[in-house]
Amino acid sequence: MSDAPDHSPTLAALSISDRLGQAMPYILVPLLVVLGFFAIGSSSSWLTLTVSGLAMGMMIFLMASGLTLVFGLMDIINFGHGAFISVGAFVGISVLFALGDWTAATSLSLNLIAVLLAIVAAMVVTGILGWGFERVIVRPVYGQHLHQILVTVGGLIVIEQMIHVIWGPHEIFLTRPETLKGAITYWGAALEKYRLLAVVLGLIVFVAMRLVLRRTKIGLIVRAGVQNGEMVQALGYRLKLVFVGVFIAGSALAGLGGVMWGLYQEVITAGMGEEMMILVFIVVIIGGLGSVEGAFIGALLVGLTQNYIAFLAPKLALISNIGLMAVILMWRPQGMMPVVKAK
Amino acid sequence: MSDPILTLQGVHTDIAQYHILENLDLIVPRGGVTMLLGRNGVGKTTTLRTIMGLWKAKAGEITMDGRNLVPMATAERARLGIGYVPEDMGIFTDLTVAENMSLAAASGTLDPQRLNWIFATFPALSTFWSSEAGNLSGGQKQMLAIARAMAEERQLYLIDEPTKGLAPAIVSTMASALRDLKRQGASILLVEQNFAVAKALGDTAAVMDDGHVIWTGEMAELANDAHLQERLMGLSMETL
Repeated sequence: MSDAPDHSPTLAALSISDRLGQAMPYILVPLLVVLGFFAIGSSSSWLTLTVSGLAMGMMIFLMASGLTLVFGLMDIINFGHGAFISVGAFVGISVLFALGDWTAATSLSLNLIAVLLAIVAAMVVTGILGWGFERVIVRPVYGQHLHQILVTVGGLIVIEQMIHVIWGPHEIFLTRPETLKGAITYWGAALEKYRLLAVVLGLIVFVAMRLVLRRTKIGLIVRAGVQNGEMVQALGYRLKLVFVGVFIAGSALAGLGGVMWGLYQEVITAGMGEEMMILVFIVVIIGGLGSVEGAFIGALLVGLTQNYIAFLAPKLALISNIGLMAVILMWRPQGMMPVVKAK
Repeated sequence: MSDPILTLQGVHTDIAQYHILENLDLIVPRGGVTMLLGRNGVGKTTTLRTIMGLWKAKAGEITMDGRNLVPMATAERARLGIGYVPEDMGIFTDLTVAENMSLAAASGTLDPQRLNWIFATFPALSTFWSSEAGNLSGGQKQMLAIARAMAEERQLYLIDEPTKGLAPAIVSTMASALRDLKRQGASILLVEQNFAVAKALGDTAAVMDDGHVIWTGEMAELANDAHLQERLMGLSMETL
């Protein structure tokens, strides 16, 4: 059919330094864990701090993963993302209060079902809220970054005030479900049960997100859309529908993160999401815009660094995350694994 | 001239404060290759992007087979059967060659027979099927960009400078691929600076200046008239 000349195709071989550069983000977490082991000295303290850091990282990942996709795919700077964290926490905790008998029971399965129902309720409500937020607040300002910052901050304030109206102005204290309280002892280290649950849940969400993004057509469209939305449309896909779906999913994940973080802190406030946004933005930036893998690694680095530094040099704990971000941005100005290149 | 597949009438397109297309009239005949020529910056790429809906036409009509494209979103236009290859190739560099091709099959799966034809035309794509597209050379990326447009049968192909910056052997491969498409009866609107390719492939030509078409006619007529080329484009194409 074709009279094309045949010429032997070759692929540019990557140098060792390029290969190392590509692999480096994946090496960082194990490297940090090993460094932490030698710096801390005590294996039991190291294990406790490592699990704590991983749990914290997983919860931050839950909150950040949606934002990085929204950032990457839609080019939206959504400061209102924190509102979904707060709303998720309030809805989830309300469900847990309503299921007080189940959370007070000493049955692990009843406790887990209660937490699961709280998570589902939080994700549904924040997903719907995200849909409305995208339609009413975000859609009119696509492509206008300054306006996006202003209106999404405005949306954040409005939603926080709505939380005050519905749940009252004060913080709400809570206790974790009965069987998730306390710790188990392993290798001489006290490992909080709830933190172990957070690690498992974070891993499940990460694997599920990877499967959706890597193995499904919709995931393929999202990954392509993060890189070049115009071309995706030119291939016949309605990217606006994908935008809305990603925004809803991102909001729902923030809601999930909010429930988990609320249970972790055992207190929730309307401003908790706003406070978390600093860490969430740090994770999104050091991970690289649009990269779920980058956000995952970034969140683990943030969680581990904060825990190790708080133990080794408590006075430096406050600046540990900013320091981490500065170091990573000096090494890779666009973050570790950027999908969206700087424009 | 056969009946037109695509007609642009009085099209105006602005990009920010710049008025790029100004009262553009263009007819693309059904079947064959229409070359869109002109100096740099006269609006050739903007014309293709306006047809795809990537820039919004401020005024005018764009019709394909009698259907008005102007109110349609880009995806809808693509689904009418327009294959678009942008100047920057639009390759998804973090996806594999296979994934890039899979996205081009909006219907779901790639037709094996068509895929064999693509592999015969561009053997490199078969070799690097599972490789990340970002690791391909410039020529291989361009092959992928064209192959993606060829992945399904299209009514109309809009191709923007497919041979730009490529080695002669790969230019020849590109020309062969486009010739294959032409043989199959495809309609192609092609922006091309390579005179040899334009001359070999073009049936008709439209020359643009200052955002509108200033000359249309047979490609052979333009190719054989150095004075006409000088008048329309400021230099003879033989010197390009």
